[in-house]
Amino acid sequence: MTGRRDITLTINGLKHNVAVEPRRTLADVIRDDCGQTGTHIGCEHGVCGACTVLLDNEPVRSCLMFAVQAQGRAIRTVEGLQQGDKLHPVQEAFMRHHALQCGFCTPGFLMLAVGVLEKRQDLSDDELVDLLSSNLCRCTGYENIIKAVRAAAEDMKVRS
Amino acid sequence: MKPASFTYHAPQSVDEAVALLTKLAPDDGRILAGGQSLVPTMAFRVARPAHLIDINGIAALAAVSQGEVMSIGACVRHAAFEGPVANGVTGALLSKVVPNIAHYPIRTRGTFCGSVANADPASEWCCVMAALDGVVVARSERGTRRVPAAQFYQGIMTTALNEDELIVAAELPALPEGTRCGFAEFSRRKGDFAIAMALVTYRLVNGKISDARIGIGGAEPYARRISEAERLLQGQAPGADVFGAAAEAAAAAVDPLEDINYTAGYRRSLVRTMTQRALESAE
Repeated sequence: MTGRRDITLTINGLKHNVAVEPRRTLADVIRDDCGQTGTHIGCEHGVCGACTVLLDNEPVRSCLMFAVQAQGRAIRTVEGLQQGDKLHPVQEAFMRHHALQCGFCTPGFLMLAVGVLEKRQDLSDDELVDLLSSNLCRCTGYENIIKAVRAAAEDMKVRS
Repeated sequence: MKPASFTYHAPQSVDEAVALLTKLAPDDGRILAGGQSLVPTMAFRVARPAHLIDINGIAALAAVSQGEVMSIGACVRHAAFEGPVANGVTGALLSKVVPNIAHYPIRTRGTFCGSVANADPASEWCCVMAALDGVVVARSERGTRRVPAAQFYQGIMTTALNEDELIVAAELPALPEGTRCGFAEFSRRKGDFAIAMALVTYRLVNGKISDARIGIGGAEPYARRISEAERLLQGQAPGADVFGAAAEAAAAAVDPLEDINYTAGYRRSLVRTMTQRALESAE
């Protein structure tokens, strides 16, 4: 059907029942139908990484998959990082190290870093730069983003 | 930047997918696997398939099996090879190559077989398939066809796959223990399309090179083995002179692509350097 399909998306543990056309990307549906506008849309063709979300805990470009494909998968977005009053260690580190200027790219960088650091914190400097080269920041605040993610990795290593 | 409408199909078995493809291919039906090339192409509306047959729900296509050959199912993601999914020399080679493919969040979705089918000249997996003489396993309602890489690739993003055929797996030989492998590529930005790449493997028998393979990708319309360069390695002791001669032969043998950014001469020069680096770094 090119018509709408009824799907249930689970975003940060909450179920959203929506009716969407198959052509709608996951990024658009997360924002427009589920109202979770923390996920940003930049280039819409997989280059910039602003729309990065976690799908079953793996970072993916939400503009490069269709919402109908995400049914039954656990989606995590930037809105799900903070627990109560407590920021996620990666969010804290971004504040501490001034890792954002305009903030447009920040949700994507946060989800990218969270997705990888939750699995391993022992990234070498080269691996870290390599990982972060995935996403674009037009304020070119890369140095502070690298510092923040490095600090968050240390912090999460201590806590785990 | 929004894809055009299409009808979505989510088969749960290979038979169901192949039946749908047979029916829908003449009506511009296409397979959707990882979608990391297809979806951006649809966002630009360069591609406007009327039907998408999403094979991601087919559990039988999600596995890597290993024996005399390594069989990589159609839904195995690039990122699978960053972990211990595959053993032996071939597994180690794939782990060496995989960080060069795009970026991590692309590798978590994109698939090995999708890259093979897309046949981009700069695809690392296409270079692996060519260098190791991999085999594409294609299913249709007419049966199963096994196409060697050397016959599969026919031009830029052009393959021997028929429109009603689904790639169910790609097969790679299990390279013998002790085989040395090296890979090198050059691109202007990390994760960007490579302008040239070289993949080399060889064994040492009594200190002399045997079973040399040199695959070159990115430089020509499709990746292929360069026999002129392989011949120069055969029976020689590894060393700077021999590697230099093979790299020179590879550069002379290719007929490089030219575009607004890169001349044929520049690509030829990169083929020389990448071949040299792949040979020197082979371990």
